[in-house]
Amino acid sequence: MNTTNTIAPPRPGTLGTDASRPDGVAKVQGGFAFSSDMWAENMLWGATLRSPHPYARIVSIDTTAAWKIAGVEAIITADDVPGLATYGLIMQDQPVFARVGDTVRYTGEPVAAVAADHPETCKRALAAIRVEYEVLPPVLDPETCIDGTAPVIHPDGNVLRHQRIVSGDPTVTGDVVVEGLYEVGMQDQAFLGLEAALALPDPGGTGVELYIATQWLHEDRKQIAACLGLPEDKVRLVLGGVGGAFGAREDISLQVHTCLLALRTSRPVRIAYGREESFYGHVHRHPAKIWMRHHADRSGRLVKVESRMVFDGGAYCSTSPAVLINAITHTQGPYKCDNAVVEGWALRTNNPPCGAMRGFGVVQACFAHESQMDKLAAACGVDPVRIRLLNAMQTGDRLITGQIVDSVAPVAECIRETAAIPLPPDMEADPNVLDLPGGSGRTADRHHIKRGVGWGVSIKNLMYSEGFDDYSTARCRIDDGVVTLKFATAEVGQGFVMLAQQIARTVLGVDEVLLDTIDTQVGSAGSSSASRQTWMSGGAVDAACRAARDELFKMVAADNGLDPSRLAIDGTDIVEVGGSFRRPVVQAARGKRVDETREYHHQPTEDLDENGQGNCHVAFAFVAHRAVVDVDIELGLVKVVQVATAQDVGRVLNPKSCVGQVEGGIAQGLGLAVMEEIVVQDGRVRNPSFTDYLLPTFLDAPQVDVVFVEEFEPKSPLGAKGVGEPPCISVTPAIANAIRQATGRDLPRVPVRPSDICL
Amino acid sequence: MSTPSGIGSENYSLTVNGRSHDVKDSWIGESLLYVLRERLGLPGAKGACEQGECGSCTVVVDGRAVCSCLVLAASVVDTSIVTVEGLGDGGRLSDVQQAFLDCGGVQCGFCTPGFIVAVHHLLESVPDPDDHQIREALSGNICSCTGYGRILEAVQQVAVARRSK
Repeated sequence: MNTTNTIAPPRPGTLGTDASRPDGVAKVQGGFAFSSDMWAENMLWGATLRSPHPYARIVSIDTTAAWKIAGVEAIITADDVPGLATYGLIMQDQPVFARVGDTVRYTGEPVAAVAADHPETCKRALAAIRVEYEVLPPVLDPETCIDGTAPVIHPDGNVLRHQRIVSGDPTVTGDVVVEGLYEVGMQDQAFLGLEAALALPDPGGTGVELYIATQWLHEDRKQIAACLGLPEDKVRLVLGGVGGAFGAREDISLQVHTCLLALRTSRPVRIAYGREESFYGHVHRHPAKIWMRHHADRSGRLVKVESRMVFDGGAYCSTSPAVLINAITHTQGPYKCDNAVVEGWALRTNNPPCGAMRGFGVVQACFAHESQMDKLAAACGVDPVRIRLLNAMQTGDRLITGQIVDSVAPVAECIRETAAIPLPPDMEADPNVLDLPGGSGRTADRHHIKRGVGWGVSIKNLMYSEGFDDYSTARCRIDDGVVTLKFATAEVGQGFVMLAQQIARTVLGVDEVLLDTIDTQVGSAGSSSASRQTWMSGGAVDAACRAARDELFKMVAADNGLDPSRLAIDGTDIVEVGGSFRRPVVQAARGKRVDETREYHHQPTEDLDENGQGNCHVAFAFVAHRAVVDVDIELGLVKVVQVATAQDVGRVLNPKSCVGQVEGGIAQGLGLAVMEEIVVQDGRVRNPSFTDYLLPTFLDAPQVDVVFVEEFEPKSPLGAKGVGEPPCISVTPAIANAIRQATGRDLPRVPVRPSDICL
Repeated sequence: MSTPSGIGSENYSLTVNGRSHDVKDSWIGESLLYVLRERLGLPGAKGACEQGECGSCTVVVDGRAVCSCLVLAASVVDTSIVTVEGLGDGGRLSDVQQAFLDCGGVQCGFCTPGFIVAVHHLLESVPDPDDHQIREALSGNICSCTGYGRILEAVQQVAVARRSK
């Protein structure tokens, strides 16, 4: 037994360990306060009146009858917005309320809001408001916005963004050419914790405090304050407990309405959406149509990729331009390809507004390129793993945007590690019916079931792009030995609160780390999105803790006649390197006060030029998925048996959390592959409920086998890459490819519906 | 909670977690979920679908696990209601609650109270469930964050621990 090279295991609760969530006990006991649990004395309820039409001119609004209902305290419309009448993340093009004389542009657009003493009173008041509409023919097909045949439905026009990428030699061709037209349906983020907020007005209406479930407090505050006509420092936001986000909380929904009602009534107001309203109240994943043509040499090596992508942005801009850029800049996937011609459009229609959702445009692009890779493999007579390995990107490769991939890029390793995960056993002769397609419906006939195996591999950018400085801020205080962290990072379930404590324990050598309230009383943290908080807010917390530690070292050194540059943390002690001084941190910090705030900025990025060239992204992460499915070819039902995955994570900071992110992301990608779709017909959502919008249940969740590929990312402050988005990206085409293999069907669209398989 | 003007004034009492609670001046249409959360100060049960599809509002009424969003509060007087707040022992975590934490079964936590109640109920009726029984029994509880893997492990862990007792 070798005892000389033993490495001590990390101290419990530090980086690399399964630390416990600080909010865990409250969450399992039911005491954790989500934004929908917020309550205040003398509180009123708010509710929102929404348009029943996708496109219509408002002729008049009559609130007379609603005002006669006992218990109604306020009714507000566009005329009651004191500040900016519109908001938006990129363009301020979305009205707080649609105005008389102007148009509503999607079904569900807010027209008025009420405050009353009971939710039922609110419902009755909304029903009593008379709105006269002149119904207009809606723009539903985004292609009509490109060819100009659609009427212009917004002063800013119907094109939200148009961008080309031309890379290398656009005229080159390959010996082998495959093409396809692919379609991705509209997915909902389907967080469990519905939109809810509580607004508390300041006396005299000079300001407001808002408890809100959001992904980015400071961005919300900026937009809310502008609409309220208040200075930002008069609008204080506090993070209400967030019941999941997945992109659906990046945009303003009920924030401004809740504040307006509270200021109008001088009473606390809570708005809480129901599930149906939530489907209208937040943006969704863009439905997209993507044509792709791949050129390769006879061995299967990529020569050129061509694509045309059309994203339906719906009625308002939200983040559509950024989603589109993410999609087109990821056209090549995790593969080396020098030549490309890509054209992307994000368009305005009278369909539901679309914006951020986990994967942010890359999901759509990946479904197309991974479908193409299987076609290319078949055309070249190479197996799907071989074709992906042959083209796997490496660090130093040049993207079609001209950007050099300077992140670690273990694409081939992800593929090999995934391939090494054992396949599940063949179906038993007498299987449990719950394991079969159709599950508890008990509809499957063993003899109609075919098994398929499919692959998907992806690349995902981390952090915001195109010149955006989405910095993060953290404050570390040491007060008489007690360490307190303060940041505005939205904890949406991902576990940043746990990671922040792990960082502080590691850097400062303490076990107890207090967390201050997450609010706007500290600098911005940027958004909990784009797989960015571990890197960005992790970097900020790390920097603040290091600064605080260095200050503490100076004080301890002065007290003890030591050189501060020779002090270090060893476990929970401060020690002098090469010396004899050793003292527990908690003891050494007694009676001392340190207070350090730091910002972390990622390396700057730049805009794309007219040919789509530019260093627009910060960093990249990679992942491979292999899906095994059983398909009932008579009934068109699919059971995902196993998903094997190897993910490039840089460094695992919390193993249990990483597994949780991977398993959760895979379930969401499975949803898009076979069941989750917002069905929109004539501009109306046909299935705004959990009865009709199907989410993966416990019985749908496959066995997941995970390998983490740990190659320390030197650009990242903690060596780690964001883990959140990659799991949901290439699992969708992996499942689609598996169904294709089982059925021999083309299946150009996800979700794959039963009728796509068996009719 | 203020009295709603003009939409009723029902008075009744409910027995929740062994304690009797008076409900005063209420609207007859209020669900059990609403009354627990907004009148009795028990926000553990969560509303996420209002259709009995997601299980976030699961409570136990006279030994049966129900979606409290589908139950009229006034229809369960004279029953015994158990919510997530009634589990555990005087602030100490139950074995199920502890296992959810140990196994990483909690992320955003919105579905968690409903799951905790449903798992307790499952293990009381089926003390030694296999994976199929666990999956089927919990298929009425939706989780958007975890993909269920860590929750499955938590339930397995409790079942094993209880078996060895």
